[in-house]
Amino acid sequence: MNDISDAFQAALHLLMSFDAGLMEIVGLSLQVSFSAVAVAALIGLPLGAALALFKFPGRGTLIVMLNALMGLPPVVVGLIVYLILSRAGPLGVLGLLFTPTAMIIAQAILVTPIIAALTRQVVADLWVEYAEQMKSLGAGPLRAIPALLYDARFTLVTAVLAGFGRASAEVGAVMIVGGNIDHVTRVMTTAIALEVSKGDLALALGLGIVLISLSLAINAATHAIKHRAEAQWV
Amino acid sequence: MGLVAANQTSPHSTLKSGILPMKARGLCYAPDGDELIRDVSFELQAGPKTMILGPNGAGKSLLLRLCHGLLKPSSGHVTWASANTSQTQKRQAMVFQRPVLLRRSVADNIDYALKLHDIAKADRPVIIDDVLNRTGLARFKVTPARRLSGGEQQKLALARAWACRPEVLFLDEPTASLDPAATHAVEDIVQTMHDEGTCIVMVTHDINQAKRLGDDVMFMHKGQLLEHASAENFFNKPESGEAAAFLKGELRW
Repeated sequence: MNDISDAFQAALHLLMSFDAGLMEIVGLSLQVSFSAVAVAALIGLPLGAALALFKFPGRGTLIVMLNALMGLPPVVVGLIVYLILSRAGPLGVLGLLFTPTAMIIAQAILVTPIIAALTRQVVADLWVEYAEQMKSLGAGPLRAIPALLYDARFTLVTAVLAGFGRASAEVGAVMIVGGNIDHVTRVMTTAIALEVSKGDLALALGLGIVLISLSLAINAATHAIKHRAEAQWV
Repeated sequence: MGLVAANQTSPHSTLKSGILPMKARGLCYAPDGDELIRDVSFELQAGPKTMILGPNGAGKSLLLRLCHGLLKPSSGHVTWASANTSQTQKRQAMVFQRPVLLRRSVADNIDYALKLHDIAKADRPVIIDDVLNRTGLARFKVTPARRLSGGEQQKLALARAWACRPEVLFLDEPTASLDPAATHAVEDIVQTMHDEGTCIVMVTHDINQAKRLGDDVMFMHKGQLLEHASAENFFNKPESGEAAAFLKGELRW
């Protein structure tokens, strides 16, 4: 019991004193996860909308696959990205392995199916309401996509947020492709795993508190913005 | 400044040639084998306001959607005077029973329609202000469209259509869920649009509304076009027994 309370106190001390090591890890974590979510959103939002609006052979299979990919195991994604970026891999010449860029790529692969699958559902529901009016105005599916994404913006924030939750919490992929190198690729989740194995519970707990607080803060802010905006725009 | 004057300089200059008359020949619509529209043929000329009358389930709204291109006929075809498909589509507009407004401001709803009609960005504000003034919605310009009342939303749907200066306006029971005052306002706008050269084709099951607005009447029953006559002839001397029964309020579905 003393261990836990001691670790908790030490963790709070690290947080209150803005410990440089801890802040570096938090900063890199945010940089990697926000970048990965931005990349995933750029791909997933239009991809999901296109899947909702266009009819083509194999569409049903693609939707089932996309939904299944929402549960991609991070270690498997990490392994695949590792194989591609390793020196002997097809993109080995880029020298990206064990860099934050490799971590962004791995997390983007994990997050894209989540954003795309949720976007597909949201846009498909909106299209039921909009389809006739859009067609009447002269907007086919391709021209309607930007308008549908814009009109569904408050709901889609939740999809992007779900992606961010996935990215910031995963450890397997970034551990494999980043290598958990101090001052280079060490992020909150990999640091927690390492510090626990080393027995430094204070730093691990401090990072855990930051991770949970961050998640809570982002969710609360998004909820507040979404609630206000939806009330205004119906 | 009137709408015509506002647009004289360029916005619609590429869309001057007419798309009427429209010819519907042997239109059938039978999804899943159930024949909802049966062998409907008629011609739509510029000029008269045409009311499509009939009881619930007669196929009035389906016919409107077939004409506007929202549905594809199972057989038969609709042809327009213009062979330019893009122009033909841009010169038509439709207002639905329940207006579908985008989740943005009143002005932005109209702006979006104008953008789809390739109206230059610089020209849009003048057109938007003009139609908002003429529909009495100017004070709601920056209001989120979905916060308007039902009548105001329908007026906005009309303003959006009006801004695009359609040659043909299809209306699918636009006043079905409106109170008398809002109905009157919508009818006034429709009449003004017609006075300025827009061909009106309106579905209604309100006989009095058809009498107030209609020049021609198309009477439908069970997916068939039973009569296409001038309003005067239709209301005074209906040819079919079904139409006579409908006018007396005795027609069964």
